[in-house]
Amino acid sequence: MQEFMMLFRHVPSPDYMPSPEEIKAEIKKWQNWIGNIAAQGKFDSTNQLGYEGKVVKPGNIVTDGPYAEVKEIIGGYIIIKANDFDDAVEIAKGCPVLQMGGHVEVRQFMALDL
Amino acid sequence: MHTSTLLPNLFRTEYSKMVAVLCKSFGLSNMQIAEDIVSDTFLLAAETWGKKGIPDNQAGWLYTVAKNRTKDYLKREKIKQEKVEPNIQMGQTETYQMDTDFSEKSITDSQLQMIFAICHPSIPTEAQIALGLRVLCGFGIDEISSALLSNKETINKKLYRAKANLRKNDIELVFPENTEIEERLDNVLTTIYLLFNEGYYSSSKDQVLSKDLCLEAMRLCLLLMNDNRTALPKVFALLALMCFHASRFESRKNAQGELILYYDQDRNLWNEELILRGEYYLNRSAEGKQMSKYHLEAAIAFWHSRKEDHPEKWEKILQLYNQLLQIEYSPIAALNRTYALAKANSIDAAIQEAEQFNLTKSHLYHCLMAELYQSQDQQKAMQHLEKALNLVRSEEERSVVLGLRNRVAVMGS
Repeated sequence: MQEFMMLFRHVPSPDYMPSPEEIKAEIKKWQNWIGNIAAQGKFDSTNQLGYEGKVVKPGNIVTDGPYAEVKEIIGGYIIIKANDFDDAVEIAKGCPVLQMGGHVEVRQFMALDL
Repeated sequence: MHTSTLLPNLFRTEYSKMVAVLCKSFGLSNMQIAEDIVSDTFLLAAETWGKKGIPDNQAGWLYTVAKNRTKDYLKREKIKQEKVEPNIQMGQTETYQMDTDFSEKSITDSQLQMIFAICHPSIPTEAQIALGLRVLCGFGIDEISSALLSNKETINKKLYRAKANLRKNDIELVFPENTEIEERLDNVLTTIYLLFNEGYYSSSKDQVLSKDLCLEAMRLCLLLMNDNRTALPKVFALLALMCFHASRFESRKNAQGELILYYDQDRNLWNEELILRGEYYLNRSAEGKQMSKYHLEAAIAFWHSRKEDHPEKWEKILQLYNQLLQIEYSPIAALNRTYALAKANSIDAAIQEAEQFNLTKSHLYHCLMAELYQSQDQQKAMQHLEKALNLVRSEEERSVVLGLRNRVAVMGS
């Protein structure tokens, strides 16, 4: 088993104001997808990221959020254990971010010899 | 009450208390001495009460005798150390606590400390179970070997090794520091839950004994709950979980001791009082922000204690399993989640997900697959049950699979 990180990227729509029911349904979708990964014993950890952010640049420069420059944001991530890259990609195909018009970046962990 | 039933009952309730208190005097490394004195006390009770009649305050009688015997033992020991072996004992500063305190508070404190000592992370789990049954629950060697489907010699060996382990690791009979309680409690709860499961899932034919084991595990949890230091939300959650499970005790086996599956149980036999208790403890467990696996398992058990069957219930159960599996994977939870998925979403979705599981060596996996396929493809369901039959490890498991096969056969004909 190898470890992979999936980054969920999408372009947030400022007009999208989901109702509490819609939010509930959305959470269910994500939970069922993650639950399926966990039911295969392949889950490690996951987090959803808030919409606010700070960017720290050289020269002690701190700016608000990365959104002025990029439209696309990272909404969250999951760390999983998969047999190989193909397996990880297969799992990513079920990710609910795809239904939101977003995409998943699948990255393999790199072992460093320290 | 006649002595023949009185004494075994007293042994069950008082043995563990007395050993815990005496171990405060002798130190945990001399547990055997404490056990011997308590056993002698019961022998004396059997002789004396038979001849002179049963005293009014039986527990008090036992405490007094044990106290005096301890005093005598310690006096002899002191003389031996001072007069007979002064040279040999040089350097050893073992000091015994001379007063044996059988007050209610002392008994409770000693028992709590004993729970923490036996559930110490350095003691192997198997040893914790055997020692827990003996010293925390007051089970006899015969009862332990019957409950754990083992024999006397094996259990005696296990107990001997467990006590050696206590000595080797210098485990003391003390309450953990405040900062340690939370972490040490996790180990304690794991052991209590294992004890409960030993009783609940026991294939022992002795159902009274299996039930006693469950009740003892619940009693230990109550001890933790009644002390401010250990009355944490996860303790309430575990107690709630055990109440919900125990509420089905009378309905889950038939007269022959064979397992009856959840759906075939007579729901009128479910114990309403235990279900209500479970609900009360589940509410109490919601204090605080922590969501332990016991919280999730208790909430799942709560939904299973509802007699009505509707999609909303299964949606809740599915979401709880989603969360539980993220905290801790287990094949059983994975299979149960898939069943909930079939009920809440669709059988097809459940089959699709179950086919990704790497659990084809488990008979339970094939039972689930048969369950999912039975309404769609009886032949496939039968194939899975054949595989399950080849994988069962006990007569009990076998009879459950055969029961399922009969049901699918009836549906197919």
